[in-house]
Amino acid sequence: MIRYYVELAVHSLRRNKVLTALMILAIAVGIGASMTTLTIMHLLSGDPLRGRSGQIFYPQLDANPDSKGRQPYDMLDYQSATDLWHAHRADRQALVVNSTIKLQAPGTRLPPLMQPMLSTTSDFFPMFAVPFRFGRSWSAEDDAAHARVAVISAELNDRLFAGENSVGRTVRLKNSDVRILGVLAPWRPSPLFYDVRGGRFASGDTSSFYGKPEGVITPFSTALEINDGNFQPFTCWTVPSTPGHLQNASCVWIALWVQLGDAAKVAAYRHFLDGYVAQQHALGRITRTDNTRMRSLTEWLDFNGVVPSEVKLQTSLAFAFLAICLCNVVGLLLAKFLRRGGEIGLRRAMGATRRAVFMQCLVEAGVIGVLGGIGGLFLTVLGLWLVRRQPLPYADFVHLDVSMFLVTFLISVGASLLAGLLPAARASLVEPALQLKVL
Amino acid sequence: MGSLQIQPVLAALRRHRIATIVIALEIALACAVLCNACFLIAGRVQAMHVQSGVDEHALGTIKIEGFEASQANDLNARVMAALHAVPGVQSVSSIGAVPFGEPGVIAGVTLDAAGQRFGGVVDFYLAGPGATKAMGVRLVAGRLPAPDDFMPVTQIVPKEAPILITRVLAEHFWPGENPLDKTLWSMDTHFRVIGIVDHLSIPQPGAGEEKDADWSILVPAMPGPQFAGKYLLRSSPEDLPRVMRDARMAVLKTAPDAVLDLEQSRAIDELRETFFLSDRVMTRLLIAVIVALLGTTALGIVGLASFWVAQRRRQIGVRRALGATRGDILRYFQIENFLIVTIGIVAGMILAYAINLMLMTIYELPRLPAGYLPIGAVVLWVLGQLAVLAPALRAAAVPPVAAIRSL
Repeated sequence: MIRYYVELAVHSLRRNKVLTALMILAIAVGIGASMTTLTIMHLLSGDPLRGRSGQIFYPQLDANPDSKGRQPYDMLDYQSATDLWHAHRADRQALVVNSTIKLQAPGTRLPPLMQPMLSTTSDFFPMFAVPFRFGRSWSAEDDAAHARVAVISAELNDRLFAGENSVGRTVRLKNSDVRILGVLAPWRPSPLFYDVRGGRFASGDTSSFYGKPEGVITPFSTALEINDGNFQPFTCWTVPSTPGHLQNASCVWIALWVQLGDAAKVAAYRHFLDGYVAQQHALGRITRTDNTRMRSLTEWLDFNGVVPSEVKLQTSLAFAFLAICLCNVVGLLLAKFLRRGGEIGLRRAMGATRRAVFMQCLVEAGVIGVLGGIGGLFLTVLGLWLVRRQPLPYADFVHLDVSMFLVTFLISVGASLLAGLLPAARASLVEPALQLKVL
Repeated sequence: MGSLQIQPVLAALRRHRIATIVIALEIALACAVLCNACFLIAGRVQAMHVQSGVDEHALGTIKIEGFEASQANDLNARVMAALHAVPGVQSVSSIGAVPFGEPGVIAGVTLDAAGQRFGGVVDFYLAGPGATKAMGVRLVAGRLPAPDDFMPVTQIVPKEAPILITRVLAEHFWPGENPLDKTLWSMDTHFRVIGIVDHLSIPQPGAGEEKDADWSILVPAMPGPQFAGKYLLRSSPEDLPRVMRDARMAVLKTAPDAVLDLEQSRAIDELRETFFLSDRVMTRLLIAVIVALLGTTALGIVGLASFWVAQRRRQIGVRRALGATRGDILRYFQIENFLIVTIGIVAGMILAYAINLMLMTIYELPRLPAGYLPIGAVVLWVLGQLAVLAPALRAAAVPPVAAIRSL
């Protein structure tokens, strides 16, 4: 029966080619716009650590002695960060600090360049499941020994060493030689979650959270020595006495990430954090004991509003546009079906039930949906290609994945069936006698 | 004549309730999106036309990094000399930040020593000797820094420095008062206002926290270990592209072990281009949405009107046979379209405000000014009339004999 309806639908669609083309175009354009923006939304709002983001937490405390009790700072001061890290109360814990460093690769002809450097502790790699192409990460002993070692990104390895195995080679970071221990495999977390902070001060302009990982990764203890004088604070409550050297300054500039395997451990860590703050309060360093937070990774990303408001705005616009396109299709289908009133009346008079007429009309709408979906898919691919050419931090990883490919078709067929519902219902109400009289 | 026709049009529309509602809904949506999109475009365009207050076409900047504080004085002298030697350069001065470049020093200021009266978070421009003059900022009161106003930077900024602030900032800090010789406290030191400039935008206007683009302060400072590596070049606008090219080459040659920041070492015009790139892209996208949306709506109107014309051939024939002129038939469809579009616009205005309220809460956008609603209404009325014209003309061309011919 369905096959017959499809044949009828194709026949009917062929009869009025302009109208059919208009409807397919309307669906295709609406779907293309919505799916382009929805794909970007999907890529930007995804979970950067699938499967384990529920175990990752971001402790915060309020170390400002003159705190007014607002949200605690987005980062930690040196003492709090290192105290919490040294306590080793979590399954894994990593300090994170960012800076920029001058890099030279002896034996290559490249001029010195400034590279963003991530400095962290050894747990960072297993905690965030960082993939390696060559070599390995450093150990806890390297952390303790302030070892002159580094891990570099696949991209920097391509640039400096043409993608060869560079483990064991030396790069010069500012005035120190460090040995390359490992080279990462291509790794592109979206967003670059471990560097997310300060989102609430960005007025929605958060596309910088989707940048690439740093080229050089060094041990925290090592970085403080080799790049001394080049560390920038997130903010300070008194001006640091030595610019770029923040260990003893009243500044927040270090992030601490912890991994906590189950709810009991989370509760225990919260307790530990409160205890630490209370102890520091007793020592007179911290005034506010009630301004401590520990958000999970997902909560932290939400709190920072990582998805750029630009992208959300475009998505809403695209869906409003899809709604307009659908209204259009409803109107055109209505016109089309009712114009065939005579034909429908005849079918009804020959014994077709209202249900059969309804189904036939709906199948016709569905065929338009499938055709519109194919067109929409092409337009989505085109749209994403256009986005990739824009100067956006996330332009390089914009792509259509299988799930979004299927969603495109589902939305397209669903939308046109929805659009066909009303006209089909209206058509099935056609009175046979009335129409036959006209014939 | 027109008023006589509205009754039968309404009666006909009542018989085509579903189609009328659908097309009115489409117009309502189009109206709502159109008003909000126009509003968004206006916001972007306004942001893009921010006045920097400096002679953008005549200025460029050079940024070098990757050197030690101990090398700064020597490097500074070498680079400045090399830049001076570039033909066409009118002046070279040290600077902490430039409009549309990377942000410089950003700090909160208070209006009293105790830190009780918070003034706001403002941008500080460190300006070496000659920089204020080279920038071309317009002084409206007070004086420019004198040679002995330039002091070395100890921590981020010079201690107890004299400063120039913008008119907007002066009015914000001390409304209605004379701002000259007033004092500001920030970064563990205080500053005395010696001059007021007409305009000077912050390096990244519109980015970050919501504030006026003119919240900047100029601090005279002597280049030294804590203030080196950024230079402001001035040349005639015609020479600037070549001067910037030569300047970059000169720096690469003079300071081979420092790192020249190629992205930041540009003419201010180019920095402005780059800074507003995403706004331009968004504006183009919004315009594309508007065009597509109006096109779709127009096609919908054409489709439905054509259908109605075809459906009513006999009736049109009857009316014509009974003495209606071609003009009557034409006007009938025009009035019909006008009524449908009007219903859509009324619903659309309510929807536009609803969408705007949503945007206000989610994206922190300002309220939609009422002025955008009539614009949307007029655009859609015109669009509706244009779209219905072809089908209506076809209807008007139906001969009276159609009344007796079978369909």
